[in-house]
Amino acid sequence: MTMRSGIRLASIIYAILIYGFIFLPVATLVLFSFQATLFPIPPFTGPSLRRYQAVLSDDRLTSALTNSLFVAVISSAMATLLGFLAAWGFARFRVPASAVLRGLITLPLTVSYLIIGMGLLVLFNGLGFPKSLTAAGIGHVVINLPLCFAILYSQMGEHQANIERAARDLGAREWQVLLLVTAPMLWPALFASFFLSMTFSWDEFVISFLLTRFDTTLPVEIWNLLRSGLNPKTNAIGSLVFLVSIAFVFLFELALFRKPRS
Amino acid sequence: MTEKARGSTFGGLLPWLVVSPAVLWTLAFFAAPFIAMAVVSLTLHEGGGFSFANYQQFFSNPSYYQALVNSLEVTLIVTVISILLAYPFAWILAEQIPEKWQRLALILAVLPFWTSYVVRSYSWLLVLAEKGVVNNTLLQLGLIAEPIQLANTRFATVVGFVHFFVMLLTLTIFANLKQLSPSYRKAAADLGAGPVRTFLHVILPLTFPGIMVGAFLTFVLAIGDYITPQILGGNNELLMPQLIMLQIGRRGDFPLASALSILLMAVVTMAYLASARWLKIERA
Repeated sequence: MTMRSGIRLASIIYAILIYGFIFLPVATLVLFSFQATLFPIPPFTGPSLRRYQAVLSDDRLTSALTNSLFVAVISSAMATLLGFLAAWGFARFRVPASAVLRGLITLPLTVSYLIIGMGLLVLFNGLGFPKSLTAAGIGHVVINLPLCFAILYSQMGEHQANIERAARDLGAREWQVLLLVTAPMLWPALFASFFLSMTFSWDEFVISFLLTRFDTTLPVEIWNLLRSGLNPKTNAIGSLVFLVSIAFVFLFELALFRKPRS
Repeated sequence: MTEKARGSTFGGLLPWLVVSPAVLWTLAFFAAPFIAMAVVSLTLHEGGGFSFANYQQFFSNPSYYQALVNSLEVTLIVTVISILLAYPFAWILAEQIPEKWQRLALILAVLPFWTSYVVRSYSWLLVLAEKGVVNNTLLQLGLIAEPIQLANTRFATVVGFVHFFVMLLTLTIFANLKQLSPSYRKAAADLGAGPVRTFLHVILPLTFPGIMVGAFLTFVLAIGDYITPQILGGNNELLMPQLIMLQIGRRGDFPLASALSILLMAVVTMAYLASARWLKIERA
């Protein structure tokens, strides 16, 4: 056996093992979501759809799902908007102390969600601001704003600046430049920022856990389900969330990476 | 330097107008909470004036600083294992798989990355539970006579973390490998190096920055994570985030929780400063 084919064989075996490791928990999750009996452990007794029926008729879960979508859309739109305005300002104008301010905006990227959530909890507690979806949404903007800002700032190139200058020379006002020239040129970056924020907000647990009480988001509600131990219902809601996330990713791929028309 | 416009409309106010919402948001909901936390950490749960009692308590109570030691140990183990597993995998995806299948292979490799984080930890609980998939299989094969305890151990926490970070590191290392120009490899071959020497002396050093960025990300994300140790490790052994949440949940002790959070943040900052010279985060 030559060395090359030896490497090849070892590669194949290694790749299969890693793929197995990566997919083992997800496959287990989905398989036992179809479990007919009470516990999601071997042997498999399905397939049965009763857990999915239980999930879909559970008001707490469905309202948590709506809450999650609501928080994700609003906070992502907010983060994208604030990030876009700031990125444009820093890239196109001379702003005093620009480096310090840019550093400040990106700083939350280096801090754990747990600590951001703790800080907001302490602050809101001191101010008497109640635990709510709004509080969690504020936290989600904090974690996503630096990301949106970094993405959009890196995309503000010279090419776009020239086109903006041309628009100004032709008599466009600043708000027209921003809305009719810059935003359309940067739409892939805007979309990427919004989409990434959506997925982070959708999946975020600890901030929502600390900052909401009665109305809460889906990850927190799933967490509450976990207290009852292993339960095929948790498998079912988990599989559904997985399905939604895959759909998101698929849409993202389609929107950003489809072949440009020539 | 590029020529930047000065705001013409609103008498030069425009730059401030567009920049200030993001700056104010960060000041109000990131900087202010941090200051609030710092102030509260110097007070006492039972009332009374300012003191360093919470910090003193951390360093004098073995069960508290043990949580930090546990966190550092787990994070270090996870970072090392994840890199060792992910690097060959990323290399195989980048070098051994035909170009046209690479994208699909990579998407498949990180697909579970997109499941909910809470659900992913729960899925490992299914696999590692007393009557779960692993124990069941081992019992059926006759390799063990009694179920072994896998869930609610440090082992389970490490497995859950490694699963997540292998996917993350595969992405960063794969990207790094693909960026390398093929001419490096050709040059090494022309100079008489075999595949092993080319890898050890050319490819590996060139991907070192990618590994460092990935390792740092792993460290920061793992040390601050509450979900994985809580679901998979249970309460047998506490990590820092669990200790912090415990102060909030059971006792409502905001001052101590604040002090612990600031200590955790200090550890991450120190790790950042120590590795900063390898972390060249470039702007496109």
